[in-house]
Amino acid sequence: MNHHKYRLIVPFLLPALLLYSVFVLYPYVQAFYLSLTSWTGVSANKPWVGLKNYTTLLTDGRFLEALGRNGQLLIVLPLGTILVALAFAAMFTQGGTGIMGAGFYRIVYFFPQVISAVIVGILFQYVYNPRYGLLNTTLEWMGLESLTRTWLGDPATILWAIAFVFIWGAVGFYMVIFIASMQSIPTSFYEAAVLDGATRWRQFRDITLPLMWETIRTALIYIAIQALDMFVLIQVMTGGGSTAASRNAEVVAVYMYVEAFTKNRWGSAAAVGVILLILTMLLSVVIMRVTRRETYEY
Amino acid sequence: MGMNPGDATPAAPPADVQTAPEPSGAQAITSVGRAGLGARLYQLLAQIPLLLWAAMVILPFLWMIMTALKTDREILTDPFGWPAAFQWENFERAWTTANIGTYFFNTLIVMAMSLTGTLLVSAMAAYVIARFDFPGNRALYLLFTAGLMFPIFLGLVPLYFLMDDLRLLNTYHGLAFVYIAYSLPFTIFFLAGFFKTLPGEVAEAGIMDGASQYQVFFQIMLPMAKPGLIAMGIFNFLGQWNQFLLPLVLMQNESRYVLSQGLNFLAVQQGYNNDYSALFAAMVIVMVPTLIVYIIFQRRLESGLTAGALKG
Repeated sequence: MNHHKYRLIVPFLLPALLLYSVFVLYPYVQAFYLSLTSWTGVSANKPWVGLKNYTTLLTDGRFLEALGRNGQLLIVLPLGTILVALAFAAMFTQGGTGIMGAGFYRIVYFFPQVISAVIVGILFQYVYNPRYGLLNTTLEWMGLESLTRTWLGDPATILWAIAFVFIWGAVGFYMVIFIASMQSIPTSFYEAAVLDGATRWRQFRDITLPLMWETIRTALIYIAIQALDMFVLIQVMTGGGSTAASRNAEVVAVYMYVEAFTKNRWGSAAAVGVILLILTMLLSVVIMRVTRRETYEY
Repeated sequence: MGMNPGDATPAAPPADVQTAPEPSGAQAITSVGRAGLGARLYQLLAQIPLLLWAAMVILPFLWMIMTALKTDREILTDPFGWPAAFQWENFERAWTTANIGTYFFNTLIVMAMSLTGTLLVSAMAAYVIARFDFPGNRALYLLFTAGLMFPIFLGLVPLYFLMDDLRLLNTYHGLAFVYIAYSLPFTIFFLAGFFKTLPGEVAEAGIMDGASQYQVFFQIMLPMAKPGLIAMGIFNFLGQWNQFLLPLVLMQNESRYVLSQGLNFLAVQQGYNNDYSALFAAMVIVMVPTLIVYIIFQRRLESGLTAGALKG
């Protein structure tokens, strides 16, 4: 029987292992090597340059600006998404007899999550259109002409207009996660708190929040990782970098794409990939450390 | 818009997702008896932000559908009015002149291969990892799930050259291979958790009756794992249908574009052509299949997608 089982194990594992090694692991490993060369894709040999790509990147103003934008998104995206999602989740679970139309809201809020980011990006390009767009027209209709902007054409607003689209799409997803987490808290905790005369806000702060802390941390890490990416939305909403203000929304992933597929500086692009990996890992560790709390078992 | 193969999407055991609404803190409060005027007022006030957000989500999509049914002139002169007559030929133009039909066809070919491939390859690997004891088992599991942590951008440049070397650029099966490979980490991770929870008695009985290990897998275990396979089928359908970055890099020949990539191409082009109605019709065409999947599988999808984060 024992040697029989390997007749199943080996052929069952082989396809997955093969595909994974060739198309995922090998490129990942290769990226580290490429990042130490000045390869431009033409010659067969890849000139070794050591850490030069990295040092060049770290003195390139354009790269540092892009990195800075990721840094700003790293604060705004998690904060915006989690706060709104938490507020809605609390409304659905903590509010008396249950919210009217809860099922409807849930379906609607979650919907953007299943739609292609490309559709969302194009759609919002038109929502933000200064003349015909839904946003400016609505503002004018409400008598708020002074607030109208050329949202995606103005260097001051372009990144935030795109950041809003991310939050708009992500809130429903995290709300559903938070609702599930809130619903798994035993009701007896709240009963006791009500007997003690705790207000709804105190119940949320002292029972709900601490008991779902693990879920919030996880959400924080997911969103932070996404904030380091943002490629699709930005690429689409800046027309592939063709608009005048698009440089003001260039993040590291977009910089890398330009470096690779427009400038053919493959070694440098690979180095950007490695830097993104290091940042992702570092960020996860830092968030885990900073948000560490006593965990409550229940 | 959050699911791409290879994305660092939800991680952690998918076991026992809560789908049934449980008694929450809400019921607790009423059972103690505070549901009076305050609760009703709260009900009413809560509707304001909730309706506002719902409008923010729905209106852009409704506007998109309405715009897809207008003439180009109407779009510019009366962006929010009702179309004088529904312009169904916008869809025809999107399908033929704007090549959405070709992109649709390309997507179908790639996904017919990649979706079945993802499920079959992952199920076999997950089954072996979850239910057989052999040296290196744990290491393999970690190796596959480690893929959840790596940004797709890290491997992008080498992947492009690898595909070039293997003559796989601009090929349907090449893109399908890559889709499968990048879908493996999450799918194996999810299905391994699923296979672990299945009872072993049925399989043992099968072996006693003289069934081969292969028969046990294909005739007993795979049917039992159907809910897990469906969940991963939907998840990967959406992820691969909406995938943009990988085809952008690996399918640079316009006649081989897949949908979301073709749509982006179209959006850049239509900016010059001013044929907005065809662009919006194309967006509706690309959205409809995901909309249908979402409506049919809404509950299952929600629990599947959020499974990881729950136990995170």
